[in-house]
Amino acid sequence: MSLLFAKRLPLLKPLLIATLVLSGLATSSQADDLALASNTVQSKMVKIYGAGGLKGLEAYQSGFLISGDGHILTVWSYVLDTDYITVVLDDGRKFEGKIVGADPRLEMAVLKIDSQELDHFSLSKSIVLQPGARILTISNLFGVATGNEPCSVLHGIVAATTSLNARRGAFKSPYQGPIYVLDAISNNPGAAGGALTDSYGNLAGLLGKELRNAQNGTWLNYALPIAQLTTAVEDIIAGRTRPRSFDETVNRPDNPHTLKSLGIRMVPDVLAKTPPFVDSITRKSVAEQKGIQPDDLILYLNNRRIDSLNTLVNEIALIDKIDDITVVIQRDNNLIDITLPGQ
Amino acid sequence: MILTLRTTQTLSSALAVALLLCPLSVQAVDVPSSVLSAQAKRIAAIRKASASTVMVFAAGGKGGGSGVLISPDGYALSNFHVVKPAGTAMKCALNDGQLYDAVVVGVDPVGDVALIKMIGRDDFPFAKMTDSDKVRLGDWCFAVGNPFLLATDFQPTVTYGIVSGVHRYQYPAGTLLEYTDCIQTDASINPGNSGGPLFNANGDLIGINGRGSFEKRGRVNVGVGYAISINQIKHFLGYLHSGRFLDHATLGANMVTDENGAVVVSNIIESSDAYRRGLRYGDQLLSFGGRPINTVNGFKNVLGIYPRGWRVPISFLHDGKQIDTFVRLAGVHSPEELLAKVQPNRKPPARPPEQEKPKDDPPEAKPPAKNIKKTGFPPAVAPFIEARHGYANYYFNKLNQNRVWDKYIGLTKGDKLPGNWIIEGQIGNLGAATIHLQANRVDAKLPQGTTFADLDADLNTQDAPRGSGGMLVALHMWKHIMQVSPTRFGEVYYLGSMPTPKHSQKQDVLIGTHSVIECRYYFDPKSGHLTSIEMYPDLGVDPCELYFSDYKEVNGHLLPHHIEVVHGEVIYGELIISSYQFPTAVKGAN
Repeated sequence: MSLLFAKRLPLLKPLLIATLVLSGLATSSQADDLALASNTVQSKMVKIYGAGGLKGLEAYQSGFLISGDGHILTVWSYVLDTDYITVVLDDGRKFEGKIVGADPRLEMAVLKIDSQELDHFSLSKSIVLQPGARILTISNLFGVATGNEPCSVLHGIVAATTSLNARRGAFKSPYQGPIYVLDAISNNPGAAGGALTDSYGNLAGLLGKELRNAQNGTWLNYALPIAQLTTAVEDIIAGRTRPRSFDETVNRPDNPHTLKSLGIRMVPDVLAKTPPFVDSITRKSVAEQKGIQPDDLILYLNNRRIDSLNTLVNEIALIDKIDDITVVIQRDNNLIDITLPGQ
Repeated sequence: MILTLRTTQTLSSALAVALLLCPLSVQAVDVPSSVLSAQAKRIAAIRKASASTVMVFAAGGKGGGSGVLISPDGYALSNFHVVKPAGTAMKCALNDGQLYDAVVVGVDPVGDVALIKMIGRDDFPFAKMTDSDKVRLGDWCFAVGNPFLLATDFQPTVTYGIVSGVHRYQYPAGTLLEYTDCIQTDASINPGNSGGPLFNANGDLIGINGRGSFEKRGRVNVGVGYAISINQIKHFLGYLHSGRFLDHATLGANMVTDENGAVVVSNIIESSDAYRRGLRYGDQLLSFGGRPINTVNGFKNVLGIYPRGWRVPISFLHDGKQIDTFVRLAGVHSPEELLAKVQPNRKPPARPPEQEKPKDDPPEAKPPAKNIKKTGFPPAVAPFIEARHGYANYYFNKLNQNRVWDKYIGLTKGDKLPGNWIIEGQIGNLGAATIHLQANRVDAKLPQGTTFADLDADLNTQDAPRGSGGMLVALHMWKHIMQVSPTRFGEVYYLGSMPTPKHSQKQDVLIGTHSVIECRYYFDPKSGHLTSIEMYPDLGVDPCELYFSDYKEVNGHLLPHHIEVVHGEVIYGELIISSYQFPTAVKGAN
């Protein structure tokens, strides 16, 4: 063992000196910053509790404040699939969280709590990280923290910047855009929705949901760059993705689209919020030509979120028959964009 | 140097690869001195820390783990779940390349801590226990240990990380292996790191690694390791030296968070000390153990860091009024209940039974078992082992009993004062007092009146003088244990050490049971003096407390001249002693 080592030593020596120097640099210049950053980011973090609780489905996730008025950025997941979302601030205060909007293609959601003058990350001040940059991930992984207890902080570096679709088939995620791959073991149960920052606490990314490589079973530690989310978040906060049909002042066309004219028959409306599933398609209709199928779930209509059959019907009534309709449907685990042309 | 190579290699392997591809960076030799000194500091911290790190190997290949030396005479900390499969004796390696014999000293199964003693040197390198309450989120830290039992070359593995969380609470498995107020780190903690040290950036000991959040990704590090805080262990250290199986504490009350976020009592046992101190259903807990309480986890964290029997400050709101007092903590288990859960197999079966596993498994490495026949203990450890029912290793209880008692009796020479004692003085400024301690009777003339205790009758019914909780019987218990010595007093054992409301410095405690009465004797570890006695006529009632001070020499005996009598947090009186008389003592004895 020692002999072998001695042989390798001459080769390693110059390298070693260089690595010592570099790691030393990192230690001295950032020794205090990590502790400072780890503590100052806490007041911007929230713990989110919602649906789940079954084995392997934790009923909690992480999030962070992006406005002083209580807007929270988090991931879109089953945890939010409930009317009772609880948001706990760093100081232990509890709020009811309302979904302002979500983008299933980015697997992102914006919540809102009723409060003011909250410490928050500013999306416009988010930064772009290069591979090798030292990072912190802040999240409530494993639900370790409760009440006013601080979120967990892990450190590491950006191992790579790449795109999820670079390994098509390996990671089954609706989001296939650019990501930061991290060497911190950041993406644990409950960590999704947490913040990725540099070593000074500047926001750089949103921790994604757990992703397991379908081919080799390994788990990916990654975050979505904030730049990928900013437009969608702004649209959501500005109300551009909200249904308009509840708005009395909106102009109603004389001759709107209808489900029938499109050739779509939906499942019966039996619940307060019946999920908008397609029941059947009229033969030779527009819907059939454009590939809509029975059992498709309609998520978005002209980029506005459809949370129920009732909303779908009301929203269609606001679109003039001569205008195109874009829909986002979920078929199995895939999201599909379809445009139905106006007539 | 080899050690340095090993550690930096792991830390910077990614950089090393990058540098291979980029030889220009190697030319950068003009390094600021601050960088070099920071690096030198880190190397020195790792070198210092590694020397005190213990690699534990259970006899017969039954697993192992890690540990850390905390004294030059070989006392070392590890985990209960590491030591349990090993039994009473094990082998421990240091990075000096030597393998040492070690024995179990004391075990805390609820807190998952074990104290062991390594044998063979009185100059072991040891770690400095620092104040783990000063550890901050984001501080650099590192673990040293024996992950996956890799250290068969006796060189520990170093993993560097940051503190990911402080004051964490992790639920127990049943009632054992509860991690309270622990430190969370992203330094790699793997099976085999259990029992090993977590150091701060200076190489001072902040915790004992013992657990990770392992769920669906297999039994390897997932970035979340937990270390028992060294401050918690400091509280238990005296108890661990007692050779016993230790219990944790309960307040006798449950807490919930109400809709306003206040922590309130949801349930309380009427026989608990907390109830006697006035705590009731619905009262809001304000602070406990000196810490403000805002969450139920926060309450459990404080409760978890104290051993059974400690008296802890508590503040609560009762009917809108704040009450600040001390509360005695009862045990979580009855003694036999605890033993049934932890009793190690003295002769381990061929296949040891599966131990109770918490949701988050403790990292405990199990190498393939080798068939090594074991007959008795090695000669080096045999003198340090004494089996007794209820003890992890009775040898250490006796050792500390003798240490405490011999020092005290050397000062008072109370064993040379047989027969009756007459104590004269006064109670505060109320008036004169004479107390006559005889073999079967105590007579007292007090300003409050004349009273007595009949020592032939049941002692647990005699609480004279009224309001004192049994001062006369307590004084008898003091005289009696000195005259007959602990060996003939009844069952006496060393409990450990704890502070009292009057002594912030931890006091050594002997517990003696004589004629159904339990007495606790508190001794100052520095001076050796008896500082207080608590006499419990019955469980579930407040004891009579005597606080001894103003020690002065009387014919070669050092005796107290001030005894404060307290019952149920109320001072009954101060006995100021002017003279001791020993009418039947042998003259000239010293």
